[in-house]
Amino acid sequence: MNIIVLQLFIAGRTPRTEHAISTLRQLIEQRLIGYPCELVIVDVLTDPQQAEERHILATPTLIKMLPLPQRRIIGDLADADGLLAALSLPPLSSA
Amino acid sequence: MSSTSPIEKIPTGIPGFDHIANGGMPRGRTTLVSGTAGSAKTVFAAQFLAAGIQQFGEAGVFITFEESPEALRRNMVGFGWDIAAWEEQGKWAFVDVSPQPDSEELVRGEYDLGALLARITYAVKRVGATRVALDSLGAIFTRIENSQLIRSELLRIVTAMRAMGVTAVLTAERTQEYGEIGRYGVEEFVTDDVVILRNLIEEEKRRRTIEILKFRGTSHQKGSFPFTVIPGEGVVVIPLSAIELKQRSSNLRTRSGNDDIDRMCGGGFFRDSIILVSGATGTGKTLLATTFLASGAAQGERVLLFAFEESRDQLFRNATGWGFDFETFELNGQMRVICNYPEATSLEDQLISIKKEIQSFKPQRVAIDSLSALERVSTMKGFREFVIGLTSFIKHQEVVGLFTSTTPTLLGGSSITEAHISTITDSIILMRYVELFGEMRRGMTVLKMRGSAHDKEIREFIIDGRGIHIGKAFRTISGILSGQFTHTAPSEIERLGNLFKDEGDVA
Repeated sequence: MNIIVLQLFIAGRTPRTEHAISTLRQLIEQRLIGYPCELVIVDVLTDPQQAEERHILATPTLIKMLPLPQRRIIGDLADADGLLAALSLPPLSSA
Repeated sequence: MSSTSPIEKIPTGIPGFDHIANGGMPRGRTTLVSGTAGSAKTVFAAQFLAAGIQQFGEAGVFITFEESPEALRRNMVGFGWDIAAWEEQGKWAFVDVSPQPDSEELVRGEYDLGALLARITYAVKRVGATRVALDSLGAIFTRIENSQLIRSELLRIVTAMRAMGVTAVLTAERTQEYGEIGRYGVEEFVTDDVVILRNLIEEEKRRRTIEILKFRGTSHQKGSFPFTVIPGEGVVVIPLSAIELKQRSSNLRTRSGNDDIDRMCGGGFFRDSIILVSGATGTGKTLLATTFLASGAAQGERVLLFAFEESRDQLFRNATGWGFDFETFELNGQMRVICNYPEATSLEDQLISIKKEIQSFKPQRVAIDSLSALERVSTMKGFREFVIGLTSFIKHQEVVGLFTSTTPTLLGGSSITEAHISTITDSIILMRYVELFGEMRRGMTVLKMRGSAHDKEIREFIIDGRGIHIGKAFRTISGILSGQFTHTAPSEIERLGNLFKDEGDVA
């Protein structure tokens, strides 16, 4: 089964950070039930090397690492609606 | 006691820039470097870091929004900057914010540039940087559409950099050479210091200039100065009017190589002086220059000739004809002859290569034959700046400089060269054709000899196989300098002479 790997880059715990995290949680818990899903949160203030390697410019930035193709979304993600489509999720596992 | 300290500056190490900046960039601040496409902004930014590493052992961080680090490493090698090696040594770090081809970005909701700031901070700490370059502002705006956001984030970054104590350069595009400083309206309020690079077209010739528009709270030279970008060095600013007239002048005389001319000059040329020899084509300027150099070399001095009119072979052959063995002088390492076409390079580059030759060869005598040949490859303004830059440089080197200048007309006349240079030269020798009862003769006069008495007469001279021979003064003819000759009867001259008898002889 295709595993979903998401990386969220944040810069400290700001309202935007909290908003992005809660939106993502909501997405995973409500709309991606049954898909193995891994969410890694990287704080660029404590781990700037990661931000450098991934060329992160803005925070928050969400990267869908897997399944390919990779997708990047900048911003606090607004709301969960339309976010799946933006990420090309869920993966079409059976197709 | 006052708690505010004066603004300190750090020398950038960019040749000439620190001079026009009265010391360098204001320490701990961000200086905006604005220019149109192709105005050498990126080179300037990279050089700010490279010079810091090479000359001051200061590490730097380069934040690139436009070119990839790979492209920058490759493009800067030509200036002698081995960025990859500096990266390995921990002296240079890139923060790569250049567009990544493989990843498209979508925007959803609110964001800031916290990651960028974190990366800059991290890179600065990692290499212990004191210098930062951001290149370029325009590329940030193409990557992020929200200009309001960029404005506030830029301010946050600039403030953070100030807190870190780094001195930074931020490049920005402008659409026109004159007018607004930048396109985005953020430039001026983000930084206190603005430098403008221009790449102008004047009379179909490219000319680069640099201007420090403002350094808040500290001084700098006003106006724009030419600069050039040369392989192996990068940006070289030519600080013309910044040159102070504080050359040491000495009373030591240098022989011109011709006793008659020495006598006319009151005992020879002064060391540390510039002599301008002006005359129509064929009046013997090159011979005078050749004699001047050869006599120096014969005394064991080092002499340098820049020839822009004649080829090497021609010069050597003519010198041999007058009894000077240039080849032996050159073999002995006493002489260097550099011939090139004025058209081969721009005047700014020419000036820099002339300076380099003088610095490396360390001659006691320098001749340029002819200065006016360089006139045609440049604009008036460019030429004037070249002449001023060159003369002041030569005077600082404590050498005697002899420049020839060809007048555009055969009789009388003056040239642009003279108009620009006459006030900064110490001596002017005029060589003119004189029409005397259907015959072309040659006349010479010392028009000016700073700090010395000199012969005021216009003397006839002849050129033969042994060189220049100066004879008697022209007594029966006037208007030689203007080319409008009038002949006067000898009796009239005597009468006029008696009128002023009391003045006595001038040396």
